[in-house]
Amino acid sequence: MSVVFADVKEGLELDPLSYDVTSTTVVLGALATRDWRPQHHDYHFATERNGVRDIFLNAPNQAAWFERYVTDWTGPRGRLGRMRFRMKGSVFPGDTMAFTGVVTGTEVDDAGCGWADLDVTLKVGDEVMTTCAVRVALPTDPDDNPWSRRGDRWRP
Amino acid sequence: MSSLPGDVAELIGQVQYEETGEFPVERGYIWTAASSVENGNPLFWDNAVAAELTGGPIAPPSMLSTWFRPHHWAPGRTKQALPLQVHFDMKERFELPEAVMSDNSLTFYEPVRPGDVLSTRQVLRSVSEEKTTKLGTGRFWEIDVEYRNQSGDLVGVESWTGFGYRR
Repeated sequence: MSVVFADVKEGLELDPLSYDVTSTTVVLGALATRDWRPQHHDYHFATERNGVRDIFLNAPNQAAWFERYVTDWTGPRGRLGRMRFRMKGSVFPGDTMAFTGVVTGTEVDDAGCGWADLDVTLKVGDEVMTTCAVRVALPTDPDDNPWSRRGDRWRP
Repeated sequence: MSSLPGDVAELIGQVQYEETGEFPVERGYIWTAASSVENGNPLFWDNAVAAELTGGPIAPPSMLSTWFRPHHWAPGRTKQALPLQVHFDMKERFELPEAVMSDNSLTFYEPVRPGDVLSTRQVLRSVSEEKTTKLGTGRFWEIDVEYRNQSGDLVGVESWTGFGYRR
């Protein structure tokens, strides 16, 4: 099932997602994004060279977590148009990531594509680690498919 | 009156570092990536849903840069290639030893599909006047990394804002 544009209003809050991060989460995420830098798999490098308390989640894998959080909500017809990140802190093994999201606006563009703008926040405890502004296309009716848009009909 | 040196001003808007990916987009990596964040979107796992909605399997859009990270080792290579070379060029040009990335955005166009061979190119969009922040004194620059498939279709643009500085 997919969320339909008409059902989405400014202020709508997405269901939160909570996830307990382990060393495996960090290493798997780094290798899945082909990021071989040692601070994402080598405890001694991270603590002794980077001066942080452990290995930490890499940025491209955080993008994958944000994508998963948004498309869990939209369903497969939801099509990401744009993501803008602000990284403020690092996520370590032992942390519990908490994702929340709120719809900040909706519009139908000149090409007839329905868009929702979201602010998604990744927190650990009370601390904001990353914020992500997301623009995602939603079907304007149950038969609409944003993935069918190409060229001038897709304006992310 | 701009204080931007002429050689840097000439680089703005110029295409640099065009490169083709080291391997075709493949489903094994797509599944590893989806699995790493427990992403159950059927577009990546269910061929029937992918056929109906996207005309066949696609890669998660957020994987864009994954297809361009170089192998950790390759035969004959003596030096590891640096992604976002323009960023390092600016650090060197202005002799700024430190740098941070303050902003990163991804814009998605045509879906990326298994078998695609992607190419990338870097474009310096702007360089600021010298500024002083709490980190130090230096310059901000904006770099776009454009990604295209083998047909020349734009599949995505990654935009970075960097700040190179000295303490």
